Amino acid sequence: MRAGLAPAAGHIDALVAASLRVRLGDNEVLHGVTLRIAQGCWTTIVGPNGAGKSTLLKALAGLLPCQGEVALLGRSLGDVRGRIRAQQIAWLGQGEGGGDDLTVWDVAMLGRLPHRAWLAAPSAQDDQAVETALRATQAWDWRARSLGQLSGGERQRVLLARALAVQAQVLLMDEPLANLDPPHQADWLQLVRALVAQGRTVVSVLHEVSMALQSDMLVVLDRGEVRHHGASSHPDTHAALLAVFDQRLRIVALHGQWVALPATPAQLHV
Amino acid sequence: MMDQLRTGSQSRRAAVLAGVLAALSVVLLVLALGVGSTGFESVLRIADDPLAAQIVRDIRAPRSLGAWFAGGLLGLAGAVAQGLFRNPLADPYLLGSASGAALGVALALAVAGSTPMAAEWLVRLGLTSAAFAGAVGAVLLTLALARGVQHTLRLLLAGVVVGVVLGALGQLVLMLRPEVMLAMQAFSLGTTSFVGWTSCWLMGSVCLLCLLVAGAQAHVLDGLSLGEATAVSLGLPLARVRALLVTVLALATGTAVAQTGLIAFVGLAAPHLVRSLVKTTHGYLILLSGLMGALLLLAADTLARWLIAPQELPVGVLTAVLGGAYLLFLMHRRSPSRGGL
Repeated sequence: MRAGLAPAAGHIDALVAASLRVRLGDNEVLHGVTLRIAQGCWTTIVGPNGAGKSTLLKALAGLLPCQGEVALLGRSLGDVRGRIRAQQIAWLGQGEGGGDDLTVWDVAMLGRLPHRAWLAAPSAQDDQAVETALRATQAWDWRARSLGQLSGGERQRVLLARALAVQAQVLLMDEPLANLDPPHQADWLQLVRALVAQGRTVVSVLHEVSMALQSDMLVVLDRGEVRHHGASSHPDTHAALLAVFDQRLRIVALHGQWVALPATPAQLHV
Repeated sequence: MMDQLRTGSQSRRAAVLAGVLAALSVVLLVLALGVGSTGFESVLRIADDPLAAQIVRDIRAPRSLGAWFAGGLLGLAGAVAQGLFRNPLADPYLLGSASGAALGVALALAVAGSTPMAAEWLVRLGLTSAAFAGAVGAVLLTLALARGVQHTLRLLLAGVVVGVVLGALGQLVLMLRPEVMLAMQAFSLGTTSFVGWTSCWLMGSVCLLCLLVAGAQAHVLDGLSLGEATAVSLGLPLARVRALLVTVLALATGTAVAQTGLIAFVGLAAPHLVRSLVKTTHGYLILLSGLMGALLLLAADTLARWLIAPQELPVGVLTAVLGGAYLLFLMHRRSPSRGGL
């Protein structure tokens, strides 16, 4: 088992999963996923509804009990202490409710918990990290408002800032674009590219294929198994996408970007 | 400078609210010393009338301070319960402590039965221990049924089951020994009239202990408010903290219930009142809810002694009526788009 986790010569992968199996209740959701996610790039997990995308992301973050092994930056996740792991992986969940009575500032400051000593007041560095994160998602102006007063999209930007404030090497985001309007989706895209340019690793789960095609690498997941893992611009990746979505979309190049369009019934029967 | 940049306004509000609640408590405590069957004159004659001095010092002072501490215990327990269960309707009694305490008292009364009045204080001590043992026993039973503290939904359901079953058992005891019904009534309605200095010190120390323990874990409740996965991803030791906070809940409600009986709504309403005044982290929320609960119960107790003086109302009746009215008000004031409570 350990052999599967050994770093490839010279460089260490951000995340490695070896024969990962996850059961939720009586259902096995992931059937032995093996995956290497390289450092310093943006990887997106795509697949049909119920493919196990969120489960895979949670398992990679060490938030689910699972069989098999996950290694974070070359060390088995089980060997990394909770606090160190929390400093290295930031996690943004899907549709998380609650926290309505906390102010935006307090929510973002939660991201600094892994770096703060027990009962210690936030340091100037913590304040700085929170301010940077809130400004990066344009949530700074609401810092004194409570989370419950914000709209869905505004709330999502604050939660994103919370994850950014961790300043972790690896960022895992489940449907980070939920409720975001197009300008803020574009902002998010820029933000991720900036993070990757700094050498950080971003892994996201996206249901919108066009957005997913913007990332560096795609993991195509279907029914709990990885069907394909490759560069998002590669024809093989596009073929794998068409296969898992029953050929019901078309991937076309438009202004130098790959875009997924829904296939019309007429095209299906050609 | 930095303080203004972040949520300075909110934490300043929280600090101001704490100051206001403390100041109001002091004013009300002084006022409460003057309320009782012999009226305010007792306070004025304290210097030259030994009986008046005794009334104020040994009856009014401890029961007023006792009401304050009991309210504090319930208020902070309410804030902890609502944070721990991520549910604004969570009540500090929801792990079964109330019905456990009631069963303990019913059993003790049934056993003590026809004790002469001379031994009233002995019975009182016995009742206090029985209530505390019942409350803590019920929480332990809930924990056993839920197989630990890690699954909060299971914990809530087990608490409901334990509450219903122990409540039924308590009723059964009352049915078999109807002569204890009147004494039981006093407990069920809640009263501070038996609180002496010993109870005061006891509640005060437990209150301080619970505040310290819960306050030290408050940041975990903040993290938990964003969901369990987020809390774990932040490296927070959920398992340990849940066990600690359930202990705080059991200790706080057990102590309050043992000394003052079942006082309704203070634990539920205090955190809501605080949240309607200030949006803040659990560190402040727990402290402020304690202060708010203390002030509420002291006010209700003073009112209960004054409304139909020289008789008095059971304070639990007042808190139930006032607390119920307040919750209704809160429910209707919130905009429908946010789904009420």
